[in-house]
Amino acid sequence: MAVKFEKTKSIEIEHAVIDGVDISGRWSRMFEQRVIFEYTPELIEKITDLPNAESFAYCYQCAKCVGVCPVDIVGDYGPRKLYKHAQTGADLTTSPDLWLCTTCSNCLRVCPKEVNMVKIMPSAREQAILNGNFVPKELQYAFENTARTGNPLGQPQRKRDAWIQSAGVSVPIIKDLARPVDVLWYVGSYPSYHPRSMEAATAAARIFTALGIDFAVLGKEEKDDADTQRLAGEKGLFEMMSEHNIQTFNKYEWKEMVVTGPHELNAFKNIYSKCGFDRPVLHYTTFLARYLDQLKPLLKHEVNIKVTYHDPCYLGRHNGEYEAPRKLLKAIPGVELVEMGRNRENGYCCGGGGGGMWLDSFSAAHVKMRLSEKRAMEAASTGANVMAVACPFEVSRFEDAVKATGNEHLGVLDILELLDRSMRGEQ
Amino acid sequence: MAGNIFVITEHLDGKFSDVSFEMVGKAKELASIMGMQVVAVVLGSGLAANGFASDETLFVDDVRLGQFNPEAYGRVVEALVKEKSPRLVMFGWTAAGMDLAAWLSVRLGKPCVAYVKGLSVESGALVASSQIYGGKLIADVAPEGDLAIVALLAGSFPVEAGQGSTLAIRIAAPVSLEGLKIQFVESVRPSADDIDVTVQEKLVSVGRGIGGKENLELAEDLAKALGAVLTASRPVIDARWLPTSRQVGKSGRKVMPKLYLALGISGAPEHLEGMKNSELIIAINTDKKAPIFNYAHYGAIVDLFDLVEAMLELI
Amino acid sequence: MNIIVAIKHIPSTADDLPVKGNNLDFDSVDFVMNEFDEQSIEQAVLIKEAVGGTVTVVGIDLIGELDGALYLALAKGADKALKISADDPSVDSHQQAKWLAEAIQGLSSDLIFTSVQASNDLDGQIGPMLAAYLDMPYIGGVSSVEVSGNTATVNKEFAGGVGAKYALSLPSVIGVQASSKPPRYAPVSKVRQIAQTVKIEELAHSAQVENSAGLIFKKMAPLIMTGRAEMFTGSPREVATKIVDLLKSKGLA
Repeated sequence: MAVKFEKTKSIEIEHAVIDGVDISGRWSRMFEQRVIFEYTPELIEKITDLPNAESFAYCYQCAKCVGVCPVDIVGDYGPRKLYKHAQTGADLTTSPDLWLCTTCSNCLRVCPKEVNMVKIMPSAREQAILNGNFVPKELQYAFENTARTGNPLGQPQRKRDAWIQSAGVSVPIIKDLARPVDVLWYVGSYPSYHPRSMEAATAAARIFTALGIDFAVLGKEEKDDADTQRLAGEKGLFEMMSEHNIQTFNKYEWKEMVVTGPHELNAFKNIYSKCGFDRPVLHYTTFLARYLDQLKPLLKHEVNIKVTYHDPCYLGRHNGEYEAPRKLLKAIPGVELVEMGRNRENGYCCGGGGGGMWLDSFSAAHVKMRLSEKRAMEAASTGANVMAVACPFEVSRFEDAVKATGNEHLGVLDILELLDRSMRGEQ
Repeated sequence: MAGNIFVITEHLDGKFSDVSFEMVGKAKELASIMGMQVVAVVLGSGLAANGFASDETLFVDDVRLGQFNPEAYGRVVEALVKEKSPRLVMFGWTAAGMDLAAWLSVRLGKPCVAYVKGLSVESGALVASSQIYGGKLIADVAPEGDLAIVALLAGSFPVEAGQGSTLAIRIAAPVSLEGLKIQFVESVRPSADDIDVTVQEKLVSVGRGIGGKENLELAEDLAKALGAVLTASRPVIDARWLPTSRQVGKSGRKVMPKLYLALGISGAPEHLEGMKNSELIIAINTDKKAPIFNYAHYGAIVDLFDLVEAMLELI
Repeated sequence: MNIIVAIKHIPSTADDLPVKGNNLDFDSVDFVMNEFDEQSIEQAVLIKEAVGGTVTVVGIDLIGELDGALYLALAKGADKALKISADDPSVDSHQQAKWLAEAIQGLSSDLIFTSVQASNDLDGQIGPMLAAYLDMPYIGGVSSVEVSGNTATVNKEFAGGVGAKYALSLPSVIGVQASSKPPRYAPVSKVRQIAQTVKIEELAHSAQVENSAGLIFKKMAPLIMTGRAEMFTGSPREVATKIVDLLKSKGLA
């Protein structure tokens, strides 16, 4: 499929003078509050008064967002609907709606007024938490675990590098190496602790080694990026983790940081810069795509599968990387790549972002089908027998979803696992 | 009568708990080594003769002892111990024993050992083996002095060794039971939907392998027969075959029961997170590669329906 | 209504527990607040919200790291935090209960909450011992507490889903197993803010009594764990027999 997707162009004009008033460059401003009888705008103002949530007021009800919102496709959601609820008496900070947004940003992509849920949601959620409003229990555990043991799974900090034992190759810890390295590889919490995501970590270790990359990991010093927790409302937790992480990163000399997960990419590349951390960070797909010529000869074994690639929201839409993962997949001999209908900028969220990873029982009660299940069905409909992913959240989500939707024939594998399989043959 | 072992027994609805018999059995074994007598102490109201294998059973009879009351029971046990100076006082490490053992330790100024799994005599001195830190460590300790209080975990010793016939002596309460600050109000038996699975001691849990809602009845029968509560992994809850209050796992409840019998559950990490600290995990699954077998203490690869039916015939 | 919550700092069982000599190697373990204490704090705050009063949290600092737990308690709604510094991780429950009793004696408390149990209560739990030292009644394994005037109504949990309601004349000590509502969440920003602004009052304690529990430690060793399940083989009937026998041997059937 060679369809080219373009970002929506704003239909607003940049320069305008109205009745002698120059309002150039402030084209988002509403001229007049829409009048709705029986209700007052307090509940809208309750949100727009929160820091970073001003854009909630810009909505002019065009509903382009609802058409692309992944939650609406399996439920009843979307920024336009939330605005309408606020107009007609719903308090977002006490509503269950507060917890359903995965911050996938598909709405922001198409919104002519740039109503930014990626900023509004964390702000409203933070307020809800500070007010002592209802917070789903599973999410609480994830917050508490992250604060206590440095990872949302609640696993001991001391065991963070235990996965290295099963890598089959040496994985240097930068503290022990005591010298500058080319690549600091930030492994991440799920690849370090979750049995399924760990397989991507060991695969990455073998691939980096085979390519002769000079890399090292942080080992026990590594703590969760907490970006998803930030988007779920725990700004204080994110700040606490970022202080530790930035201090740790800056202890060592390295040229580039490579991350396994898109959420870490978002945190370290986009958010940490505001805290004074401005060193190069890239996702493993972008990194490995650079080495395509050295990688291809290593991919000796055929992996005869029909693969469809799921664009992670935080790698794709949020950070613009769509092609490197596809280049890597196409480099594997025997692979036939097919695209799902919703791909690249219009990729359909797996449901893990914005806290969704730890809101399963809550979200499931408010949608007809889990987002991951909807996506698994879409993947199966392409005729693929493998769904390739590039985010550590996704493997377990989709494996669960294929079982729940009766699509057990559909395997779910990280791109790293597929590359590794081609490197070593079937294990 | 010095040189005695007092066993503080427990009862509910007129029936004595298994741990009471376990304690009597073990006490008899220790008594024969140390040359002592075993006195089973029963606090209650109008209870019939029991079948303990102790040398003597002391029935302390008072209507205010009919239901467990930590304050009333505490007063009575303290008075009895002060009067008769036993060498060893045994409690069950149960809802009742946990209210009394440590309290008595301070009242008498004598040592107490909790979480006891084993008792032996070494060079004439009593040694207690306790399972502490969630069972991760075993501590062997010897209580000092002339009187020791021990609280035993249920299931540590054989029940049969405590069953037999005994000399029954009935007395009134040896101490005033006036002015109690704790009063029993009523029994509470929760309805099926209200059950808090996190405080249950035994759980029978079903997964995808149960197949359908109509098959739950069989699992429910087994749960009832075992005095357990029925729980499930997420797919069963998703299908609405059981209410969400019964969900065990990362997005459900976290449980640490004495028994977790997993029927047709594969053992995904998200489910394990909810139950992997259970004291005894028995897993039944037809898939020999099911991850749950890496975390269970015991397992079997059999059809769960055949197994449950067979178990029901045996219990 | 003056409510005291006595919390316990205990070695974390999440990780391995190395042994040194006859006891735990305290230097190699992390200490955490006993998880039942979260329930105690929540129950206390719920009662305060219902009938008014103050909630004071008190704990013994065994390794100089208790402050975090106290700040968390304050963030969850406690009003005041007190600590007694011991700087000896091996202090037994008897001594801890005695020191807590000394501290609480002068606080004119109406209701005292402790955890129903802690995983290192080898010599018994703090709750009942605290009650004995304070000459107050004790009831443990409680899953809900309501207060009206000078009476507390509690639900005590027995095995097998059986419960019983009791009425307590205050003051009284209660061993909490579960709060009537799940513990609320205290955001990290709130805890950090409290850590920066609140001063925790330190209380003195009487001289430590060596071996107040009266127990001679002979040995401590890890329980040998096998990594895989012991598999029962045979027909369903044979397996069922083996399982039922196993359950009966453990007092579970």
